Amino acid sequence: MLASLLLTSAASQAARADVDRARLADLVRQDCGSCHGLTLKGGLGRPLTAEALAHFPVETVRDIILDGLPGTPMPPWRPLLSVEEASAIADMLKRGDTK
Amino acid sequence: MIDRRSLIAALPLLGAAPARAAGPAPCVATRGTGDLGVVIERATGSILIVETTGRSVLARVEGLGDLSHASLCVSRDERYAYVFGRDGGLTKVDLLEARIDKRIVQGGNSIGGAISDDGALVAVSNYEPGGVRVFDAQTLALVADVPAVGPGGLPSKTVGLVDIPGRAFVYALYDAGEIWRLELPKGREPRVTRLAGVGKLPYDANVTADGRHYFAGLFGEDGVAHVDLWKEPLAAARVLEGYGKGEAPLPVYKMPHYEGWGSTQNRLFLPAIGRDELIVIDLDTLKEAGRVKTWGQPVFAVARPDGRHVWVNYAHPKNGVVEVVDALSLEIVRRIEPGPAVLHLEFTPRGHEVWVSARDADAVVVYDTRTFAEVARLPARKPSGIFFTARAHMIGK
Ligand code: HEC
Repeated sequence: MLASLLLTSAASQAARADVDRARLADLVRQDCGSCHGLTLKGGLGRPLTAEALAHFPVETVRDIILDGLPGTPMPPWRPLLSVEEASAIADMLKRGDTK
Repeated sequence: MIDRRSLIAALPLLGAAPARAAGPAPCVATRGTGDLGVVIERATGSILIVETTGRSVLARVEGLGDLSHASLCVSRDERYAYVFGRDGGLTKVDLLEARIDKRIVQGGNSIGGAISDDGALVAVSNYEPGGVRVFDAQTLALVADVPAVGPGGLPSKTVGLVDIPGRAFVYALYDAGEIWRLELPKGREPRVTRLAGVGKLPYDANVTADGRHYFAGLFGEDGVAHVDLWKEPLAAARVLEGYGKGEAPLPVYKMPHYEGWGSTQNRLFLPAIGRDELIVIDLDTLKEAGRVKTWGQPVFAVARPDGRHVWVNYAHPKNGVVEVVDALSLEIVRRIEPGPAVLHLEFTPRGHEVWVSARDADAVVVYDTRTFAEVARLPARKPSGIFFTARAHMIGK
């Protein structure tokens, strides 16, 4: 009985993580995409492809996302994203996996 | 000759047309194009051809590449749309036959374009490699390639490209902080007039409907660059200086647009960057004439064609709302929620209705502009820009 309850909750947690990931991927394409291009190959902001970000450690990408680049249109996302979410996005971008 | 996707098949209306007298069948059924338009489906590289009389979708055309941030201009005969894609694609679409007439990939990354007053030239503004390229509107053959190089040889993204009378275009150099006028007199060499040092990071610009006042929004400073195109020699001046009053701007999650700005009587309604406000500028004095406090950071502020109201949409994350501003009292008279992620809106030519794209509702919603009642809701895949053919006859569109 207990075991099955635990199983259910683990499954629903996994499902929630999936939903979050899908939401973040959508945010990257749509809302980062409005400046960086829907395919992230660049727009007003530079390309965010894995290749273009290769020279940045993943933490740097995360910090750019959280704090923006003052003096440029790159906004700080801290008011809208948690540190975990920014890390997840940085990770997705570095792996080139934003589908 | 008849394309399978042509409107003959797509248009149920035409089935009811009276039988024709003997003679060769026309290639395209007779109809006007003055009530046609295009809806960009940004994620799928497709467009919808729509008509605004019966408010219906006539056809979908696919294969236009990356259409995020896509825009278009319309040929003088209102038959062809020139669609500018993010992937540098320039696609000439035949609106009557609902097919791609010609398509080229002219650059790495383009941001918009315009058609000359005589309808002969289409200019495209590029992020990558930067600069402007001009094409023959009929054949899409390259006519002129004008790299945008600022001080110290810095290549620059170009933004805010508009047509002005006299086979000419005006645009701004984002990285270099300049404004250029490009003239292409028939049978002569292109001529560029450069205005340097207009301000930091001009991100978008537009020209008034008379082709006189060009304004460029600046990201790097609290002000707007202005050029009076009726006065020679051309000169740029800063207006609305210090409109942010030294307050720190809010983070900007979507750049505001000057395209389609709220122009009414002798005033313009401009989105303030990093602020939940529209700034009203008096075109006679070039001074601030008021402010409108808005729901969020404005992206598009578009005047109804008669100028009585200005409709405004907002940046992420407040982009599910559209507000209507009274042009006289500067009050918000209506708030509408068409659906999540409202990206663009376009009025019918005389403004009786407005079409609004709600990206995450996968819908285009049509409103009566007097009663604000929803009169139609058309399915569309992730719709963004909406463009009606009447733009063919407007300066700067
Ligand atoms: C309002 C426009 C805008 C939005 C929205 C935006 N960016 Fe940016 N971003 C920029 C600009 C402009 C730059 C380049 C700044 C410069 O000139 O160096 C930039 C730079 C960056 C960089 C550094 C790239 C480099 O090579 O230096 C990263 C990483 C980045 N953005 C990630 C993101 C992510 C992730 C999102 C979405 C969560 C996002 N951006 C949304 C405008 C934007």
